[in-house]
Amino acid sequence: MTTSATPRQSLGFLRQRPRWAPPAPLFLLQPLLRRIAQTVAAENPDMFGRLGPHYNALFVIDPVDMPFILLLRPDPENLLLALHRRGNVPDHAARISGSFLDLLMLIDGDLDGDALFFGRKLSVTGNTEAIVCLRNALDDVEGSIAGTVANMFGFAGRAALEALRRASAKQGEPA
Amino acid sequence: MKPPELVCPAGTPSAMRTAVDAGADAVYCGFQNATNARNFPGLNFTLPELEKSVAGAHAGGTRVLLAVNTFPPAGKVDLWKQAVDAGARIGVDAFIVADIGVADYIARTHPGIRLHLSVQAAAASPEAIRYYCREFNVMRVVLPRILTVPEIKSMAAEIPCEIETFIFGNHGLMVEGRCALTNYVTGLSTNMDGVCSPAAQVEYIRDDTGNLSTRLGDFTIDCFSCAENAGYPTICKGRYLTPAHDGAYYAFEEPISLNLSSLLPDLMQAGVSALKIEGRQRSRAYVKSVVSAYRRAVDSIMAGQDPQLDDLLALTEGQKQTQGAFESKRWR
Amino acid sequence: MMTSRLTIAPILFHWDAETRWDFYNRIAQAPVDEVYIGEVICSKRAPFVEKHYDEMARILTGAGKAVVFSTLAEVMLKRERNMIAGFCALEEYELEINDSSALWHLEAKAHRVGSLMNVYNEDTMAYLAARGATHFCLPPELPAGAVAILADKARQLGVAVEVQVFGRVSLALSARCYHARAHGRIKDNCQFVCEQDPDGMPLNTLDNKNFLSINGIQTLSHNYLNLIDELGEMQRMGVTHFRLSPHTQDMVAVSKLFRTTLDGDISAAEAGEKLDAMSFPAPFSNGFWHGRPGHQLKRKGGLA
Repeated sequence: MTTSATPRQSLGFLRQRPRWAPPAPLFLLQPLLRRIAQTVAAENPDMFGRLGPHYNALFVIDPVDMPFILLLRPDPENLLLALHRRGNVPDHAARISGSFLDLLMLIDGDLDGDALFFGRKLSVTGNTEAIVCLRNALDDVEGSIAGTVANMFGFAGRAALEALRRASAKQGEPA
Repeated sequence: MKPPELVCPAGTPSAMRTAVDAGADAVYCGFQNATNARNFPGLNFTLPELEKSVAGAHAGGTRVLLAVNTFPPAGKVDLWKQAVDAGARIGVDAFIVADIGVADYIARTHPGIRLHLSVQAAAASPEAIRYYCREFNVMRVVLPRILTVPEIKSMAAEIPCEIETFIFGNHGLMVEGRCALTNYVTGLSTNMDGVCSPAAQVEYIRDDTGNLSTRLGDFTIDCFSCAENAGYPTICKGRYLTPAHDGAYYAFEEPISLNLSSLLPDLMQAGVSALKIEGRQRSRAYVKSVVSAYRRAVDSIMAGQDPQLDDLLALTEGQKQTQGAFESKRWR
Repeated sequence: MMTSRLTIAPILFHWDAETRWDFYNRIAQAPVDEVYIGEVICSKRAPFVEKHYDEMARILTGAGKAVVFSTLAEVMLKRERNMIAGFCALEEYELEINDSSALWHLEAKAHRVGSLMNVYNEDTMAYLAARGATHFCLPPELPAGAVAILADKARQLGVAVEVQVFGRVSLALSARCYHARAHGRIKDNCQFVCEQDPDGMPLNTLDNKNFLSINGIQTLSHNYLNLIDELGEMQRMGVTHFRLSPHTQDMVAVSKLFRTTLDGDISAAEAGEKLDAMSFPAPFSNGFWHGRPGHQLKRKGGLA
């Protein structure tokens, strides 16, 4: 099993842009991410209780195979989910790094975080307790966060998610 | 042969629903406080959550076992009594306990509710188990993960209660209920606070070459090179140095998980009434995979077929599995 | 106030018969009141010392010490179960039990409850006291606040309460022998390698910091517990017995320092300085008592 498994063809749209090319203007994506975060938060008000004292911590979610990172502050009063360029990362409580697919499946409850960690596919730095709280909060979210997001984009969103899931299932098969 | 009960972990309401859907006969869970031995951040149930979850589990035909299995320190016993009373009010099917005072309280106050003796009570001999049965009418004992299958079989013949054994998951090395290693390092107690290697004091430090050091409190408890699989950041799974051993070694145990899938028929023959899957701290994805795999395995054995077990290796610690002490005394 | 009793815990390590004889002969002359004998950790070691117990007890009793027999902390094998049944039937000795299997045999017979049993709260103490327990040595991880409540409860129940005040602290028990493991062996084939480490086998972190100490199936602290500064507080709480855990260093000198401090003949500060000067092979700690990590040392006026 390896993280560098060949992506399925349907994932090509994620990989086409060479890594050295500048990412699309990130500010154009911000309103979209804000909407995603607000939708998920509104549908799952209970999840914030599991964050305990870490609800206003700043998390860096780092898809190592992408040219960007995500900043997340899961504070219902002051919610933040934003793309950020690599390089000048602001002060943060904790950082979770892994492949984009693994992180997506993890958030969606399809993969087990401990198993990814044991297999060294996921690495964490910073405040470990904050990460454990976030993991447990997301894991208790009913249904699929990715599904919620996909639904916001209608048929195209759902199709893209299905493609990702198929790719992930292939990737998860024993080598 | 009576079908064994498949007892599955539920760390959150959604994990409990997942376990019920995947075929759990019973689930075990705890409140969000020191009254249970998995008092981890962001895990476990508030009272309203548990009340709703018990109703859901019962609707799905699944029993709910409430772990109240830590040792209340003097002066704080009321919190444990409140947990017990709340559990009784919302209709849990059994309490899993370790402390004699808590067991006595349940036996006197809620005699109609089943009492299970937690692995935290470390009752490893027929006499110890008979003591708890005699004093508190314990109906089931969760055996420590240190007995071989033949030992379990002879145990079954000598005790008046049901036996529950672990079949999958984290393979604890220290006798549970008798370990203060975490408290020595962190100031939080496994027995009194339900805490083992508290995440707030775990730190992963990555060096330039990709090596990953694990620190707990003031101590380095392991270091993984990039190519190595990792394990839980617990003291008993760490690597250390001692003059008698050449180089760093796992002084207690390698990161490895228990997987008794191939011993299932033997365990069932030995008189085990309930098969327990460890992992309240794990995700829904884990619960779904492990519970469904064991559901199918138990059902095939009951139907007289060979169990077909999915490969659960990816979910194991260090991606390694063992039959531990169950298979051979050589483990000791 | 009742006189504070000073006790010697059972020898946790695998000392040969000669070393034990030498130790108890010296302890017979030391200012201690009660001595616990018996093998608590490993049933395989028991045959080496069992035949000497009666004579050791005779010498200690002759020197005015109360002798208590401590039983195994882990009871699983047939051999161990038989040992417990045998000890529980003894009439000659007062017993200290360390595993719940003994409770099955004892029923209402008087006994002491050792520190390796889990008596953490007043309810458990009262339950056991109502069924024959006369004396409780508390788990070493209990903080001062909990000990105060238990000492108070013990006074109401008319039972004694004991706290370990010196020596390495037992932190964990296992079914596996870690001494054998370090030497590439298993428990059944251990060749008693634990005998090489009369104060425990050092276990250091990867950055070579002293951490733990191994004694067969038992894991202990590297640091030596030292509650000399806290003796007065414990006496005021109503702790009746003060336990010294045997090491190869001069335990007679240690017992004299604790005795004179308990009696108020010297100050804790003076005794503490003398203990510091004895250069034990590990630093002192008292963190558990203060509700801090057990390895830490809180000196008066802040953490060292």
